[in-house]
Amino acid sequence: MSTPTTPHAPHAQHTPYSVRAEGLRKRYGDKRALDGFDLAVRAGTVHGLLGPNGAGKTTAVRVLATLVRLDGGSATVAGIDVAADPRGVRRRIGLAGQYAAVDEILSGRQNLEMFGRLFHLGGRRARLRAAELLERFDLVAAADLTAGDYSGGMRRRLDLAASMILAPDVLFLDEPTTGLDPRGRGEVWDSVRALVAGGTTVLLTTQYLDEADKLASRITVIDQGRAIADDTPDGLKSTVGGDRLEVVAADPADLAAVTEAVARVADADAAPERDMAERRVHAPVTDRVAALTEVARALQDQGVTVEDIGLRRPSLDDVFLRLTGHGAGPSRTEPASEPGTGGGTEAVEVAA
Amino acid sequence: MSTVDLSAGPVRGRFHWAVADCLNVVRRDLTHYRRRPSYIAWQLGFPIISVLLYGYVFGGAMKPPGGEGGGSYLDFLMPGMFVMTMAFGFMNTATTVVSDASKGVIDRFRSMPMAPSAVVAGRGVTDLVVACAELTILVATALVMGWRSNGGFGATVGAFGLLLLLRFSLIWVGVWLGLLLPSPEAAGSLFAVAFPFTMISSIFVPPATMPGWLGTIAAWNPISSTGTAARDLFGYPMPGGTGWIEQHAGLMALLWPLAITAVFLPLAVRRFQNLSR
Ligand SMILES: Nc1ncnc2c1ncn2[C@@H]1O[C@H](COP(=O)(O)OP(=O)(O)O)[C@@H](O)[C@H]1O
Ligand SMILES: [Mg+2]
Repeated sequence: MSTPTTPHAPHAQHTPYSVRAEGLRKRYGDKRALDGFDLAVRAGTVHGLLGPNGAGKTTAVRVLATLVRLDGGSATVAGIDVAADPRGVRRRIGLAGQYAAVDEILSGRQNLEMFGRLFHLGGRRARLRAAELLERFDLVAAADLTAGDYSGGMRRRLDLAASMILAPDVLFLDEPTTGLDPRGRGEVWDSVRALVAGGTTVLLTTQYLDEADKLASRITVIDQGRAIADDTPDGLKSTVGGDRLEVVAADPADLAAVTEAVARVADADAAPERDMAERRVHAPVTDRVAALTEVARALQDQGVTVEDIGLRRPSLDDVFLRLTGHGAGPSRTEPASEPGTGGGTEAVEVAA
Repeated sequence: MSTVDLSAGPVRGRFHWAVADCLNVVRRDLTHYRRRPSYIAWQLGFPIISVLLYGYVFGGAMKPPGGEGGGSYLDFLMPGMFVMTMAFGFMNTATTVVSDASKGVIDRFRSMPMAPSAVVAGRGVTDLVVACAELTILVATALVMGWRSNGGFGATVGAFGLLLLLRFSLIWVGVWLGLLLPSPEAAGSLFAVAFPFTMISSIFVPPATMPGWLGTIAAWNPISSTGTAARDLFGYPMPGGTGWIEQHAGLMALLWPLAITAVFLPLAVRRFQNLSR
């Protein structure tokens, strides 16, 4: 993982950027989908593009993948200008759009062979490449089943395989895990990691901070068509304050005791915040599990009844609150939290 | 990373790839019909059931327009059914295109280094091939029921040529609508427009029997010209048409589809290019 000060390789300063975008503008009627958007993606890394619904993520990806013409600004992908030579760009990119774009009537194998022929591999090489990709994405058993009958995770993997046919330099993944269950999400994450290990540069959009955190070495936060932050996951998390321990007391009279217990494990110079109405106390913690057990034990020893106690990971909402002073908006979404991350703001996923 | 050589093959011209890509799109579209033969059954279901209903249920009671001297009701009916099947074909085109567009398949094609023309041209070729298959099945049904062409070989072939020309022109209407409509469900509602459109024509009854203004609309309906011309060529001319449009059905059966193509092919291509707006 690279950080701004210690790049991931000694020669990284000379590594060209695989994707560069400057001042991208795109309007739809009165709506500015992209409003001066900048982006720089280092070759061989996963770059996360994080933002709520409607922020402009899909538009940015579609511009870079030559599907949408720009109103202003300029962009190069794999060193090629998207406006000047879209065909040249298409030879070097793979795209897995927001919806798995596979042919639902064909089998998985037929899908990959068809796309292979359309990538001008010819029949024989298209067949070989399809077999190879089916193996690599763990789809051999389902290869000859109709793709429309695949599970969400399998369909996504087939979609990824199709976008990898020419082993592209740059891969665009637009919300690759939206709508997947935790298992499907894990499958896709594994595939993405394997791709990057093979040298591909990945630009991945997501609405989930934890997904960007897990996969990306750098994250650009986008809001209303603009990049509002560009940082490493750690840098971004330190902006938001990392994980928080949260305790809800059963009795308002215990709030003082709870605050005291939480203060003992909270990060230095971070006083617990208190929400009287909800009988809630929370504070940033570094050693999450130790803090949780210690507070739980302390409160139990004092005979304080706790209604809820848990660790809350910073959500996209928290990032936005810090960066913009407002939340991610009415359409903000968060994935179902993983075990161990209690509470938090959870909303039902609504497809864009 | 891959044991397959993924480098570009020998350098070939744009035209080579335009044709090769188009054929690969056709291959994909036809594979759909091979894997889902029921699609053809669905598309043909309405005309075949109509043929059976009109032919057997009503056929006994119905007299062909013009009565004596002309052929049987079946002779009158069949060319109309052929025209109706060709005319309804644009909905199949629209449905397949809108389904590809809404599932992101067209975007995937557009993000690939293939010839952009292949997506639209491939659809056109596939639909013509499918239209030939549909006509064959429909004609076989008609032959079994006792329908015969009364025209010579050349005239009969000419009639089928005009039918396919109509279908060809409507492909572009279908592609254009398919790229315009938001969802496959919306394409389903096209039937509500297509059904009256085919009814107000010479397919089932001569326009001369309709109220004056409606008869005029029906006579000028492009599919009426194809129907009238086909009936002439099959050797059972439709009686009663005395207007200019009916007197020149053969000419108009050529001109209408050419005009429709001239309008809707550019519209469809423009719509496709504007997907990148
Ligand atoms: N084809 C379009 N026509 C009109 N408005 C659009 C179109 N595509 C995107 N938009 C608008 O542009 C903004 C950004 O959309 P999008 O890039 O899809 O955001 P995201 O992918 O981050 O959810 C949204 O307000 C959306 O409504
Ligand atoms: Mg999106």
